[in-house]
Amino acid sequence: MVRRQPVGAHYGLKDWIAQRATAVFMAIYTIIFAVCTLTLSEFSYEAWSGLFSSGPFRFLSFLFFLSLFYHAWIGVRDIWMDYVKPDGLRLSLHLVTLFLLVGYAGWVAQILWRL
Amino acid sequence: MSKRTVHFKIYRYDPDKDEKPYMQDISVELEASDKKLLDAMVRLKTKDDTLSFRRSCREGVCGSDAMNINGKNGLACLTDVDSLQQPITLRPLPGLPVIRDLIVDMTQFFKQYHSIKPYLVNNDPPPERERLQSPDDREELNGLYECILCACCSTSCPSFWWNPDKFVGPAGLLAAYRFLADTRDQDTNARLDNLEDPYRLFRCHSIMNCVDVCPKGLNPTRAIGKIKDMMVRRAV
Repeated sequence: MVRRQPVGAHYGLKDWIAQRATAVFMAIYTIIFAVCTLTLSEFSYEAWSGLFSSGPFRFLSFLFFLSLFYHAWIGVRDIWMDYVKPDGLRLSLHLVTLFLLVGYAGWVAQILWRL
Repeated sequence: MSKRTVHFKIYRYDPDKDEKPYMQDISVELEASDKKLLDAMVRLKTKDDTLSFRRSCREGVCGSDAMNINGKNGLACLTDVDSLQQPITLRPLPGLPVIRDLIVDMTQFFKQYHSIKPYLVNNDPPPERERLQSPDDREELNGLYECILCACCSTSCPSFWWNPDKFVGPAGLLAAYRFLADTRDQDTNARLDNLEDPYRLFRCHSIMNCVDVCPKGLNPTRAIGKIKDMMVRRAV
């Protein structure tokens, strides 16, 4: 029996745009982060944690990490799609990646709101 | 150019005789009239007639003699033999099954090409003479229709090496855009639907190996970018 290979999952464009949009956001955040840290009144832990106590900065930082994880999800999945041929193993790796990234997102929230 | 000797290192494999492929060292004396790599290979074949390779038009139109020349895909008939570093290493196009020596099985390549419906779809009754286009509309087809399907681009693309059964490849996608860009075609939506898939189109990560090797100087990466652009404009 020959197993035919179906293609046509129709989510290519969405992920392609998301990967680019998250990259643009991360680039903008990097500039904001660099400017904010370089213009701190003093280079100390207190000043640095003070930066994160402001609501908007914490929000932007959290968005940065969400962008990073979504970006990484598409990128890592691309690697599995290129190099891992058995469908079952590929699906398992997709799930492991997904669970790890969702876990990291929760962890980041915990760290950011504890600072 | 006078007579000179050229040294070759050629991938040889005859499945009827050889257990596994091997590289053959061989030299040949060229005549003054032998200018292209294909001339040298035809000369070589008079010395060892078991060497197998495809060729037909010998002027870069048929695309038969595509091969890996000193590590880079190209057409033997368009490559100056004197411009190559010796020994000239010849291998079959990478990623496709070898039938014999430098001849590869291109079934998968053409399967992908056929999957994009490489023909005009227009359900209007044909006019008395021809379906007309404005000069500007016609201009968009330049750099697309010239593809000779030699497979140099697709077989230099890592995404095509890893997923030849799912990724259309640069040659197929260039042809896909040729019909997407054609104002006489009425199947645009179905064509875009056919490609909107993480494998078929979006395996391309724009590394531009295809542009680097195209013997006709075409730019599949740009065509792929324009397909993505059409998809975005359709979606937003």
